[in-house]
Amino acid sequence: MKRVIALLMENQPGALSRVVGLFSQRGYNIETLVVAPTTDPTLSRLTMSTEGDEKVVEQITKQLDKLIDVVLVTNLSESEFVERELMLIKFRKDSFPENAFQDSNVVSKNDEVINVQVVGTSSELDALITEIKGSNPIEVVRSGSLGISSDKNTLSIEN
Amino acid sequence: MLNLQKFGVTFKRNLMDKSNKSGAEALIHSLHLEGVEFMFGYPGGAALHIYDAIFNQNYVDHILVRHEQGAVHAADGYARATGKPGVALVTSGPGATNAITGLATAYMDSTPIVVISGQVKSNLIGTDSFQETDMIGISRPIVKHSFLVQRAEDIPEIVKKAFHIATTGRPGPVVIDVPKDLTDPEYKFEFHYPKEINMRSYNPPTEGDTSRIKEAVDLIETAKRPVIYSGGGVIQNDASDELIELAKLLNFPVTNTLMGLGAFPGSDPQFMGMLGMHGTYQANMAMHNADLIIAIGARFDDRITNDPKQFSLGAKKIHIDVDPASVSKIIHADIPIVGSAKECLSALLLELNSRNLKLNESDISEWNKQISTWRDAHGLNHSLLELGPQNGKILPQQVVQSLYKETNGEAFITSDVGQHQMFAAQYYHFDKPRQWINSGGLGTMGFGLPSAMGVQLAFPESTVACVTGEGSIQMCIQELSTCLQYGLPIKIINLNNAALGMVRQWQDMQYGGRHSSSTYENSLPDFIALAESYGHVGIKVTKFEDLEAAMKECVSLKDRLVFLDVDVDPNEHVYPMLEAGNAMDHMWLGKEEKTWK
Repeated sequence: MKRVIALLMENQPGALSRVVGLFSQRGYNIETLVVAPTTDPTLSRLTMSTEGDEKVVEQITKQLDKLIDVVLVTNLSESEFVERELMLIKFRKDSFPENAFQDSNVVSKNDEVINVQVVGTSSELDALITEIKGSNPIEVVRSGSLGISSDKNTLSIEN
Repeated sequence: MLNLQKFGVTFKRNLMDKSNKSGAEALIHSLHLEGVEFMFGYPGGAALHIYDAIFNQNYVDHILVRHEQGAVHAADGYARATGKPGVALVTSGPGATNAITGLATAYMDSTPIVVISGQVKSNLIGTDSFQETDMIGISRPIVKHSFLVQRAEDIPEIVKKAFHIATTGRPGPVVIDVPKDLTDPEYKFEFHYPKEINMRSYNPPTEGDTSRIKEAVDLIETAKRPVIYSGGGVIQNDASDELIELAKLLNFPVTNTLMGLGAFPGSDPQFMGMLGMHGTYQANMAMHNADLIIAIGARFDDRITNDPKQFSLGAKKIHIDVDPASVSKIIHADIPIVGSAKECLSALLLELNSRNLKLNESDISEWNKQISTWRDAHGLNHSLLELGPQNGKILPQQVVQSLYKETNGEAFITSDVGQHQMFAAQYYHFDKPRQWINSGGLGTMGFGLPSAMGVQLAFPESTVACVTGEGSIQMCIQELSTCLQYGLPIKIINLNNAALGMVRQWQDMQYGGRHSSSTYENSLPDFIALAESYGHVGIKVTKFEDLEAAMKECVSLKDRLVFLDVDVDPNEHVYPMLEAGNAMDHMWLGKEEKTWK
């Protein structure tokens, strides 16, 4: 089962390598990884998705929490949460599957190629890729999952 | 004891009292403010500004080792013996890489050390410059934390943080990597040392959850076959007194891990000995048959549990540990208690003492009788000296017993890795915490001698013996020179079986006796001549009849390092030994004798 872990870490050089290194060091698998500064410039928020049973994910969150640069960790998949991913796809103009997209999906086009953007859950994007396979997209770029809890809980140091 | 002055080193007290300091001066002064007495190190280009600052003060003594691995092990030994953080200083590049084994050793055994590495100048980082290596990168998986200094002014705060992180929670090594330009004597700044440090991302737990403590006591009251299993965490956290109080109050049998020896008195009848891979028969049997295991500052590692799926299936587990990630990592904890051993044990004792405690006393008494029966059947023989020579040879265990006798069981014992380490752990009854110093987690050959230097410097009047083998001692043998320079009268007890004994034991047991690369084909040095060439005393023992007199002489030479080289029976194996992939009751008790059919 896919799990989504979100964490806040000090926005410092080396912090990201500690998080990523932990995964290889302890033999955990990272499926997707997204990291960006937050509105508080001293903090970065990192979201990762991983496969693993409950016990493995519990170990992962505990080990992440032990890293000195990690301020807060949460396993979003423990309760209801929203997961979204952005995907960009490039088609040759002559094989663009018009029926699969709306105009608002198109982010650039010229005489040769059309780029579209799609936002959805990872599994929706997986399904879309299968659906458009016949149109031979020439490039597919995925951002990796972002996550946010559905309830009033927030991942914040002000709580 | 310490011959710093003898060798013409005169210290000047200048610069250090002024408030404006260079990065190098700030670094040394910060160490002084952290209470550092000794640091172990080896100079080199990137660290020379720091070495100049060391020369210009006399607060912190620098011990020049012969290899950076020795520096880190010495700092580690100092930390383990004193409970205070140990400090090592190395240069960039090879100095830093040589420190890696020492860092990994400290990391696996959770010892508080701070390793300061020189780094190339900031503007050269990333250019493959001379003696450049990415110390933060290569040390990352084996440190609790690390700092790359980016401004000289940050040095005091970083030192403060480093010591705070190294010594609190589950202790561990911290690296401070300092680019050379940030220690430049020409650049000075106003020195401020922070009084305290608050880190939003680091708040190690101390007190255990009160409701869990109550649940633990409820469970204790139901126990009929309990075992207290304690590890290095009790020693690190100075919780030995509380552990003893708990065991005495409950009359529960106690076993210690290799790292936990000394937390409970080794000569106490309630003590079952070490458990695990080479644990005693009674300790392993008790663990396997228990209905309650109280784990304190121990982490159920693979050398304890054998196959975790078959581990003590009938026992409930109370697990007290300061590291939340250690709880339920290998073995599910029925009652997890996250907090420091000392705080949690105190809370447990308070709860026990506040109740009208109803223990299953008759069951526990039966259980203790059962353990005595196991001990009588297959326990270790602690009177091997009385047996005299075996097949004309000295048993390695007899050497440890002789050492125990001559030192009244009061010496600090450091060790390397292999059969000698297990014999020392099994046969020297450690009655006090911090008396037994060995590389349990990483299993680092070469740890024994340099760690003994750290212990001897901290306790100049105490007997410090390094129980080693002819394999391990050669891995850091160069430190014999350091021992001469600083007059460290370590007793090296070399159990010489002319083979890599533990490797050979495994080859005997699992590889049909094919001794692949575990012997030296008559290439061993004359250890007596070697010790003498370093200015020390060497004593050779080949006959059992000479053993005790030689040991007496060795221990009585208070001011000299003595290398006692004892030829021991090369065919001896360490037993008991857990049979891999099974439960803890599957033990080899001898070459032909085992506990299962």
